[in-house]
Amino acid sequence: MAMLDIQGVTKKFSTTMAVDDFSLTVADGELVCLLGPSGSGKSTLLRMIGGFETPSGGLITIDGDDVTRVPPERRPTGMVFQSHALWTHMNVFNNLAFGLKLRHLPKAEIRQKVEAVLELVGLSGYGSRATTQLSGGQQQRVALARSLVLEPKILLLDEPFASLDQHLRERLREEVRDIQQRLKITTLFVTHGQDEALALADRIVVMRDGHTEQADRPDVVYREPASPFVAGFIGSMNLVDGTIANNVFTHTGFTVPLTAADGQATLAVRPEALHIVPASGVGMAKIHRVTDYGTHAIVDIDLPDGVRLKAMVGEARAWTAGQAINLKPRAFAAYRDNVAIFRSLDNHG
Amino acid sequence: MARALIEKRTDWTGIGFAAVLTIVIIFPLLVVGTWAFTNVWRYPSVIPQEFGLKFWQQTLARADVWSSITTSLSLSVTVTLLSCVICLPAAYAFARMEFPARNLLFFSFLAGHAFPKFGLLVAIAGIFLQLNLIATFWGVVLIQLVGTLLFMIWIPVAAFQSVDRRMEEAARDVGAKPFRVFWSITLPQAGPTIAAAVLLSFVGTFYETEGAWLIGAPQIRTLPVLMISFINNQPVIQYGAVLSVILWVPSFAALLFARRIISSGSFARGFGG
Repeated sequence: MAMLDIQGVTKKFSTTMAVDDFSLTVADGELVCLLGPSGSGKSTLLRMIGGFETPSGGLITIDGDDVTRVPPERRPTGMVFQSHALWTHMNVFNNLAFGLKLRHLPKAEIRQKVEAVLELVGLSGYGSRATTQLSGGQQQRVALARSLVLEPKILLLDEPFASLDQHLRERLREEVRDIQQRLKITTLFVTHGQDEALALADRIVVMRDGHTEQADRPDVVYREPASPFVAGFIGSMNLVDGTIANNVFTHTGFTVPLTAADGQATLAVRPEALHIVPASGVGMAKIHRVTDYGTHAIVDIDLPDGVRLKAMVGEARAWTAGQAINLKPRAFAAYRDNVAIFRSLDNHG
Repeated sequence: MARALIEKRTDWTGIGFAAVLTIVIIFPLLVVGTWAFTNVWRYPSVIPQEFGLKFWQQTLARADVWSSITTSLSLSVTVTLLSCVICLPAAYAFARMEFPARNLLFFSFLAGHAFPKFGLLVAIAGIFLQLNLIATFWGVVLIQLVGTLLFMIWIPVAAFQSVDRRMEEAARDVGAKPFRVFWSITLPQAGPTIAAAVLLSFVGTFYETEGAWLIGAPQIRTLPVLMISFINNQPVIQYGAVLSVILWVPSFAALLFARRIISSGSFARGFGG
């Protein structure tokens, strides 16, 4: 059992607050994704858990042991860096064996452990290779193996696939998920790619300016974003500013009935939930362009004042540029002052 | 395509450079080399009348030659070792730590090379005279140590700076204490470039003449100083030529060693290339 507990952790760099009173509990065997734009403090937080930064305040415990001020070499954490950070003057075997040698394990045991972990990451027989002879994906696998071979209680991954191409990234993240499930290792994964977070995580923590915007299961974060920021960051989302009066949201002709107090509001509709119908006459909006992606099509819509929305449709052929349409959002939410004030009922549908 | 085009054109600039370099470097070396193995060479003959090792025997039979070789070697080794001990930790500090007046100190090492060296040496000699360091081994060590500072600080600083911090953090992460990280990761990563700096300071010290002469004379005579006095005072050219050829040995050895380092690109990296 390895539980990570972060209580009110703060990190201040000379003038800026990188992490601001952050709290999070990660359960044993859980994979949590820290998701946020660059500068949101997610990497700093991970580095504090790994021991590479000292918090300005707060408490970090692993299985109840306070590690807040423990140096990295004495923490039960294993970190995989974005740049893989393999030691280029050692071959693959020595990269993996270095930590084991520091623990004074017998040679035979080191050899056996290294071979086992190489097999785990699918690189059996690569021990004598120079790290520079490996491809980007293989290097990152070795970096993962280097952390795993020491059997850390907490695995920390700092945007490990950022430098790889899309195809490889998808394959590796599946492998990481498989390995994590098999070893049941508590894992924290930092990324700025929302698809990576959605695909991998048991739980997503969306970070912004050093604090949590939302921490929940991927499907909840996707379907019920807690704030317009999360709504805009996860998946693609139409965000329209307007006013609510008499339980109707209005933005220059685009009206949506809902139940909320009068005032300013932001309406959030996902493209797949924005239903469009041909209008007789002028309509609420006009089609600007239709892009066919084969499996689906994206319709770019211009509201009369030029605000651009996107709607996902099944068939491109049914729509043409310039066509007048009406908008019927099937699932949507309204936000005011960064808080959701209304969610349509079929949000989960 | 581009390569084929370049290969076809005659590279006159390259040929020009090669010609100039041959005239100013290879030709004098050839002449000196020839003189060293010549017994008789009188004007106006283009090649010597008599080749032979006569002057090698005479030169190597002299006690002052042997003592100067010993002096030169022990000086260079001492200076290089001391320089490593002093400069490498300092370079690490410059590369990795923030402290007051860091940049000022860093650029102060240029000062020793920014002014006419001889004037500086004379001033230092005045101070050494009061400290009874003139004509002593350690006086010469001290003056040559100053000469190595620039190389031995600037190049290793660049070497340490180019070591990926993440590599060091990864080593901490798997359980290495800071000194172990330095020993097993930082030093091997920066190693080839630092070796280039050590090489430069060894060879530089070995060939240094002004400081060695001004501070060391008359008791401490290095091989190059002896060679100069041979050339100045002896009517026979061959003594100087033989010593000169002997002096090629360390730089030739250094070059062979350096070839590995230079071809790996780390030498250029040391200069921020």
